[in-house]
Amino acid sequence: MELAVRGLTHRYGDMVVLDDVSLHIPAGEILCVVGPSGCGKSTLLRMLGGLEQPDWGEVLQGGTPPEGCLNPLTYVFQDFALLPWRSVAGNVSLVLEDHRLPGDRVRAIIEDVLARTRLSDFRDALPRQLSGGMKQRVAIARALAVNPAVMLLDEPLSALDAQTRELLMEDLVGLWERQPFTGVYVTHNLAEAVRLGHRIAVLSRRPGRVREVIEVPGPLSERQTGDPELEAIQAHLWGLMRDEAMAADQELLDA
Amino acid sequence: MPDIRVPFRGGGFRPEARRGTGIAVFVLLLFLIEWGTRAGWISNLTLPRPSDVAATLADLARSGALWTHLLPSLSRLAVGSALGVSAGIGIGVLIGLFSYIRAGLVPLVAAIFPIPKIALLPLFVIWFGIDEGSKYALIALGTFTPTVVATYGAVDNVDRGLIRMGQSFGLGWWSIVRKIVLPGALPGILSGLRVSLAIGIILLVAAEMLGAQYGIGAYILQAGALYDLERLFAGVVILSCLGVLTSWAIGKIEKRLLVWRG
Ligand SMILES: Nc1ncnc2c1ncn2[C@@H]1O[C@H](COP(=O)(O)OP(=O)(O)O)[C@@H](O)[C@H]1O
Ligand SMILES: [Mg+2]
Repeated sequence: MELAVRGLTHRYGDMVVLDDVSLHIPAGEILCVVGPSGCGKSTLLRMLGGLEQPDWGEVLQGGTPPEGCLNPLTYVFQDFALLPWRSVAGNVSLVLEDHRLPGDRVRAIIEDVLARTRLSDFRDALPRQLSGGMKQRVAIARALAVNPAVMLLDEPLSALDAQTRELLMEDLVGLWERQPFTGVYVTHNLAEAVRLGHRIAVLSRRPGRVREVIEVPGPLSERQTGDPELEAIQAHLWGLMRDEAMAADQELLDA
Repeated sequence: MPDIRVPFRGGGFRPEARRGTGIAVFVLLLFLIEWGTRAGWISNLTLPRPSDVAATLADLARSGALWTHLLPSLSRLAVGSALGVSAGIGIGVLIGLFSYIRAGLVPLVAAIFPIPKIALLPLFVIWFGIDEGSKYALIALGTFTPTVVATYGAVDNVDRGLIRMGQSFGLGWWSIVRKIVLPGALPGILSGLRVSLAIGIILLVAAEMLGAQYGIGAYILQAGALYDLERLFAGVVILSCLGVLTSWAIGKIEKRLLVWRG
């Protein structure tokens, strides 16, 4: 499935958050969205998945979701959003229960996604017993369980430490290689953006506008941290964002 | 070389379990009273001897009078608070979920909450009869209001992020309420239950004092009228035990239902 955003404009009260944002996300590609904090990245993502309505403009979807897709537009949240009273397997089964699937099919799906996220040994653990990286793997497993056409990821690695982040990035690349999904990956971390994005959209500080969309060459699986070509793109991105980030940092929030 | 050890400044401000301290304070207090009443520096018009109160309680249990008073009280408390608490949780959840119901009922609940319910007993006697009905109604109304307030507060405090997550996976409205809102509100509802049941016990005694032949409240009233301090305190001890028991039971329920909080 592909997504397109046309002329998206949104304000909270008097504050314009998004200003005429237009983007295209082709099927099977990951678009990274970077921008200084508070520029409206999360707002944009909520609109992409239909959790919020824009004041002006529209979000369009094209193509048909794959066979067996239970929830075409599926989120992975920064704070994981796991139900603390359900086990790992219970959190995954939550999103399958409303679909009236036969019991053995549900069990098979849970087994499969837990195996793909290397969580099979933790199926009965409660979220509070898990590390941050494992919690996010549970959230990813839950997203995979509905066989999504588009994954919407809002800073999924920002709450994690650098080593865990590196490991999970490899996991995400592995999952995409196995079954390429359309993805929108919001982050403020430029290293993540050049590792996981086929293209990178740079937003300006609030009100968020698209400043530039950059192509990152090369398949995801061959990208390494420290690759000079990626470093150059990252430096270019930082050049674009530096002044914006500095200005955004000087702003009063409610001004 | 630096040679002064950095002084420790942390610690404290964190309740820790101290086993037996509560019992020790209790025993010490009883011992002091016993000593005082025996030695004479507490007059026996002020306080009865703890040992006499214990003897009265033992008599009460042996003669069977304990049960003739305790059983009606327990059944009133059980029926009345079951009615009040279940209605309170139901209405509280509705207030938490629907803006119109909130706008309509929250002011009403705020108006009912501060009324001393015991003042309504004469009215309840007319509405529900002099027997058990008016006592059930009194306890039900008394436990209802705090339960409502605790419940809708608990529903309001459920993490909105979890609800958005449910919506983003296409969960139905009823699934979201059942699987996300209610479990998320459970801790708040249970801690409201502690307050509600304590209020229930207070109202139980008040109702029994105003019109009952049997019941802990009636027993205490009779003892008070005769200035029989041993029996009066025996009744009070039974009430305290009832309070400790309900609080303990809720603690058990919390432990079972809220294992996920750790
Ligand atoms: N529901 C809301 N109501 C009012 N203001 C909001 C709301 N959500 C976000 N904002 C404001 O909109 C701006 C953009 O927010 P957000 O999209 O979360 O930015 P980002 O994810 O890029 O950091 C911020 O200034 C934030 O305070
Ligand atoms: Mg954000």
